[in-house]
Amino acid sequence: MYQIPGVAQAVAGERDGTSAARTVSEVLAQSQAGDVIDELEADLVGLAPVKSRIRDIAALLVIDKLRMNLGLQAHAPSLHMSFTGNPGTGKTTVAMRMAKILHRLGYVRKGHLVAVTRDDLVGQYIGHTAPKTKEVLKKSMGGVLFIDEAYYLYRPENERDYGQEAIEILLQVMENQRDDLVVILAGYKDRMDAFFRSNPGMSSRIAHHLDFPDYPAGDLLRIADQMLEQQNYRFGPGARGAFEEYLERRIPQPHFANARSVRNALDRARLRQASRLFADKNREFTADDLTTIAEPDIRASRVFTIAAAET
Amino acid sequence: MMTNPVGRITQGQFSYLPELTDAEITLQIEYGLNKGYAWSVEYTDDPHPRNTYWEMFGIPMFDLKDAAGVMMELQSCRKTFPRHYIRLMAFDSTRGVETIVMSFIVNRPPNEPGFGLRRQEAQGRTIRYTVHSYATDRPETERGGR
Repeated sequence: MYQIPGVAQAVAGERDGTSAARTVSEVLAQSQAGDVIDELEADLVGLAPVKSRIRDIAALLVIDKLRMNLGLQAHAPSLHMSFTGNPGTGKTTVAMRMAKILHRLGYVRKGHLVAVTRDDLVGQYIGHTAPKTKEVLKKSMGGVLFIDEAYYLYRPENERDYGQEAIEILLQVMENQRDDLVVILAGYKDRMDAFFRSNPGMSSRIAHHLDFPDYPAGDLLRIADQMLEQQNYRFGPGARGAFEEYLERRIPQPHFANARSVRNALDRARLRQASRLFADKNREFTADDLTTIAEPDIRASRVFTIAAAET
Repeated sequence: MMTNPVGRITQGQFSYLPELTDAEITLQIEYGLNKGYAWSVEYTDDPHPRNTYWEMFGIPMFDLKDAAGVMMELQSCRKTFPRHYIRLMAFDSTRGVETIVMSFIVNRPPNEPGFGLRRQEAQGRTIRYTVHSYATDRPETERGGR
């Protein structure tokens, strides 16, 4: 019997590319984690508490790498997280970023994100749940498992609900295979709190509880600017002011969903712009015409007509 | 009749090499995943060479990104069938290929009884030969032991 030379060592060498690094900047240069953090800073508006926590986590992972290089013990931290916040506050967007950041820092091996909801984890009949949950877990190994609206997993009103089974399998894997995947639970604040109260095991296995605050109007306006820019549109004269006014009226109304509402409002404005241009059958349009959202496109919104009727 | 030099059955890849360690199995899985193969776990207690289709342990695993998922399935199969043969197979779904492209044994019973050559006398002086798996001489629940 003989050994196969160089095979088993290949794994260790591959994961330890930064073994010579002695300073933070060396680790950052080798892992490009700095770029991701800068991108996060530039692309995401607001969200100060979330960003600062992500920076903390990134710092810990970098320092751990330095400790490891000096032969000190670096205990892999538990990075399971829960994101709570109102709709449209950027939970999914941050989760996507998180997968990338953790990948660059070398904490997860592949850095993909598997986004699931209750339907993907919980089965319809006895014996259906375990294979379903395990399949999702297997797919998310080496990456991040993002469970949206996680509180639906647990239904206290039905004691024969299979959600509990899914939770137990999740807990087991979260505990035993911390190196293989990161689980992120997301949902609205109050319902997630109720979920954690009834599943203390889940709450204690999640090290990072991040709360996503609502955006102030100024941040929403900057988000709108970014969204338009990404789609090659821009506000025409007076349109930005009109949109600011629109936001002021829209925010106190029910079902306001932060950035998502902004996106929907902009999509509707684009529709109105399109039909405004469509009416001009014989005009030759310049690029400027096609990219400008004019003030009337915003003013035509239902939000303004309701306000006018009330006054 | 045990006619191979390593004293155990040799089927699939790597079967003349010493047992792969879990780290080496992980590397092989990783290689397959990078090529876009779908891994599956199969087990049997009858290693007869003509026993082509072993029992499936769960369905084939598509859309996996990391070897840890396959290893998790393998460990649970080893736990369920510690004294069976277990093999990993990689399926290549490329159009025109659509077949198993890798297959290797990752678990064996502690005792491998091997095969015997059976002769059957037929009409005239004709002899018909067949390979017989000794493992199947014992009832199902007693196979694979010492």
